[in-house]
Amino acid sequence: MIDFVQNTVDGMMFGSSYALLAIGFTIIFGVMRRINLSFGATIMLGAYIGTWLHVQHQVSVWIVALTTLTSTVLVGIYVERLCFHAIRRSAVLASMVSSFVIWMQLEEAAIHLLPERTYAFPALLAAGSFELGPFLFRAEQTSMLVLAMIMVGVLHVLLYRTRFGLALRAVSESSLAAAYMGINAAWVTLCAFALVSLMGGVAGYAILSTDAQITPFFGLWATFKGLIAMMLGGMGSLPGAILGGLLLGVVEAHALWYLGNEYKDLSAYLLLFGMLVLRPGGLMGQRILSREALAFRRV
Amino acid sequence: MDDYVITVLSNIGMISFIALSAYLLLLTGEISFGQQAYFGLSAYAAGAATAMFQMPIWAGILVGACAAGIIAMVVGALTLQLSGLYFSVATLAFAEMARLILLIVEIQVEVDGEMVGPEGANKFHGIRWMFERDISLAEFMLLIYGLLALTLISLLLVERSRLGSVLRMLGSDDLLAEMQGLNTVRYRILAVGAAGVIAGVGGALYAHFTTYVEPQFFNVMLGVHALAYGLIGGLGTAFGPLIGVALDIGFLEAIRFIQGYRMIVFGGLVAILLIFMPRGILDEERVHRLKAVFSRRNHARA
Repeated sequence: MIDFVQNTVDGMMFGSSYALLAIGFTIIFGVMRRINLSFGATIMLGAYIGTWLHVQHQVSVWIVALTTLTSTVLVGIYVERLCFHAIRRSAVLASMVSSFVIWMQLEEAAIHLLPERTYAFPALLAAGSFELGPFLFRAEQTSMLVLAMIMVGVLHVLLYRTRFGLALRAVSESSLAAAYMGINAAWVTLCAFALVSLMGGVAGYAILSTDAQITPFFGLWATFKGLIAMMLGGMGSLPGAILGGLLLGVVEAHALWYLGNEYKDLSAYLLLFGMLVLRPGGLMGQRILSREALAFRRV
Repeated sequence: MDDYVITVLSNIGMISFIALSAYLLLLTGEISFGQQAYFGLSAYAAGAATAMFQMPIWAGILVGACAAGIIAMVVGALTLQLSGLYFSVATLAFAEMARLILLIVEIQVEVDGEMVGPEGANKFHGIRWMFERDISLAEFMLLIYGLLALTLISLLLVERSRLGSVLRMLGSDDLLAEMQGLNTVRYRILAVGAAGVIAGVGGALYAHFTTYVEPQFFNVMLGVHALAYGLIGGLGTAFGPLIGVALDIGFLEAIRFIQGYRMIVFGGLVAILLIFMPRGILDEERVHRLKAVFSRRNHARA
């Protein structure tokens, strides 16, 4: 029983990093309805630039954090200009494939910056672990969970309580109608991409400083874990992103403990496939519109 | 031709199957990140048929393609109510499941005093049909391109037929298609199954060309590349994906001299191409115009 609870706790600790990643995906995929495959690679290149400064010029930890965030935002803007702004909105497939080739491009650029397999990533604050009863918690991972909750709160207010959020949701619903209302759709989308990249940069920094290392696999890992956690929680739901991340972490932790390493990722994909087949809206998302409702929207 | 050229050309041929498979689904409006699963599952099934049970190669290809087709139809039936990103992620999840299961599966039988069969993460060695029959690389390449031509001709015929129009109609507006009285469920399962079979033929050939298969080859990168091929080449005709594959593999081989910067250059070029041609080089409009030019010339001659 103690094992089971400790595994669940461990899973939630890992899940907090998935939750952090899923928040960015929820905004891009769920709210803005863009398929940006290079989101993970954007975070990775930003973090690589920060690490490069640290390795080459031994700058302080604060400058690494600041560089990571700014360069993630700049790379995010580059992706938005090239893959989304330049391609017309109806060409979803072209934007998706474009973001995929840019993923490959960003990854190669990152590997040129730091060609070795792993680098130490400087942590902002060194924190240990603490015990609560018989269970062990890691302070960094617990603070990631708190960070994820704060981010969801801030984003929720921004999306549903400010003019900018209203404009963003209007542009996602119909950029033409939004333009008639006097909203500058291109500017709103650019700001939203910059904001999401900033959130991604914060998430990436928190995860990497907990892991204390960075590898070229980070981009792929971040994309997959974020995507799975977002879909489990429900596309477009911010609290769902946290729940989905935690659920993913807990299932992976139990699969690892009871079945072995080979089954860890397998269980995650099985869970995702089962969820999509049985309950496509995820834990917290809306149900997919039925065909009748879709037909009604037309008229 | 030396072996290097033959290998590159054979790779182009085999990868074309998975590109055509992804293209068929793109016609029906669905983006699948998971066609590599059918390529991989068929490679294992076909390899098992010839290496473990001593079947002839045509039976191996048939077993692989049928297995891929049936599994694809089951997945298609399960994901019937999903579309858009939901469908894409479901196919991705299935493909990764299949890959991770193949990393665990170990079934071996004794053939001529040797253990043959999938060995989990240690790959599936000993698919030696080519060596046993003394088939040269060039001869096998002819087999690849023969089957590819057959697939391409069937796809082109389908595109000209009523079925082709129905599939494109599903792609542009499936609600409208249903209102015309078309059985969209049946057509979608048909398309998904056929796409599985096409990818399966490629996988079966691949297993016999390389003499071994490993699950790592069928990762999601292969699936996303397959999608990209269709889009780069163009969604107007089945020749499009082939152009995409030839451009990708051919171009990447040609710019070997800038080793290490290839994806930076190639990625940038593709991104710029997609800005000007969002539905690929041979999109519906250009194909239509080309057809008009050709038919006018024929009329002039007659």
